[in-house]
Amino acid sequence: MGSRTRREFLQISGIGGVVFASGLLQACSRLGGRPDPGPAVADDFYFVQLSDTHWGYKGPANPEATVELPRAVELVNALPQAPDFVVFTGDLTHTTDDDQERRRRMAQVREHLARLRVPTLRLMAGEHDASLDRGAAFQEFFGPLRYSFDHKGVHFVVLDNVSDPKGILGDAQIDWLSRDLKPLPKNAPIVVFTHRPLFDLKPDWDWTTADGTRAIDVLHAYPHVTVFYGHIHQEHHHQTDHIAHHAARSLMFPLPAPGSQPKRAPLPWDPAHPGRGLGLRDVDTDPRQPAYQLREIPLAGES
Amino acid sequence: MRFAGLLLALLAAADNPGERVVHMVARRFTYLPDVIELQLGIPVIIELTSADRDHGFSVPDLGIRIDVEPGKTARVRVVPDKLGAFDFHCDVFCGSGHEEMAGRIVVSAPAAIGGNSGH
Repeated sequence: MGSRTRREFLQISGIGGVVFASGLLQACSRLGGRPDPGPAVADDFYFVQLSDTHWGYKGPANPEATVELPRAVELVNALPQAPDFVVFTGDLTHTTDDDQERRRRMAQVREHLARLRVPTLRLMAGEHDASLDRGAAFQEFFGPLRYSFDHKGVHFVVLDNVSDPKGILGDAQIDWLSRDLKPLPKNAPIVVFTHRPLFDLKPDWDWTTADGTRAIDVLHAYPHVTVFYGHIHQEHHHQTDHIAHHAARSLMFPLPAPGSQPKRAPLPWDPAHPGRGLGLRDVDTDPRQPAYQLREIPLAGES
Repeated sequence: MRFAGLLLALLAAADNPGERVVHMVARRFTYLPDVIELQLGIPVIIELTSADRDHGFSVPDLGIRIDVEPGKTARVRVVPDKLGAFDFHCDVFCGSGHEEMAGRIVVSAPAAIGGNSGH
């Protein structure tokens, strides 16, 4: 397996990783167990994106609200190879006016996420986590609101467009982004994680970042930029020139396609298909291209 | 019922003679009124106050966006230049229910609004 990339592994294993070539399983430990580190798989790697758990939500859009996060953890732990890291693109918790309750929800999310058998967890806030207290509780539990890190040749940037309740990045953060990227070679692969879309997806549903175009302008100077975000509770793909933007599904309730209904109210819960429309995503990353292969993993086994 | 709470915007004396003032109150998680009927080409001052906390008033299709803060009166002058219905929403996160805080401006030809022209 040492000379075989994960991309080849997925091609062999088939959609959903149901069928495996027997020789590969040996290097992957048992399903659901901690994977054997094994030999390096060339330079590619993958990560998993989780989003919008809204832990603490109570409502008709998901009467099984306490089921989805543990199920997502099980799904990640059952992947045939552990991802290099899991990123959670915001709204870990559903908002509350009660500061104590907010912290209780965050503590519960932290307990669930501690069961993930992955080397690294990267967390970021959504407006439900951070807007009412400008990120105070989130930082106590999960760390900084914006940061960057490098992993196997890719530069990752986490932007905060939620702790200001106006849903903006702000001058200071845009300056920080410019400074953060400045040392990089122009052709560096860059991945940006945000909660809200940086572009105007549907401004009258608040699916935008008021000053997001300023961040896009900064990123535009780099030819290999990809953005992953949450907030809209559905898979969505968009290009702003050469920059690709990919939204992930929620782990609590799906929202309608932009403009498909008068209001952005959650799609009705379907008792015949619990969990429909929910899911996570793995992103196979080849920094040498750079290229990203997205695989949507439904939470409830739908296609 | 999206328009169950429809109220025609009340007209009030304006600072500028001839211009109408539409008063709105923002409160978690509603606007009152939540539907405003305007007339094409007739200037209106929309005046907003908050009954509880910070809110926003954003009408992307009309290029309108203002903050609505407790203790202050926010004003924006609108001269409707196109017919149609234009959604507005709160764009300052205000809690669980924020996503429902929305309404609509309906711009009609002057003759279409009986008894509400103010002129």
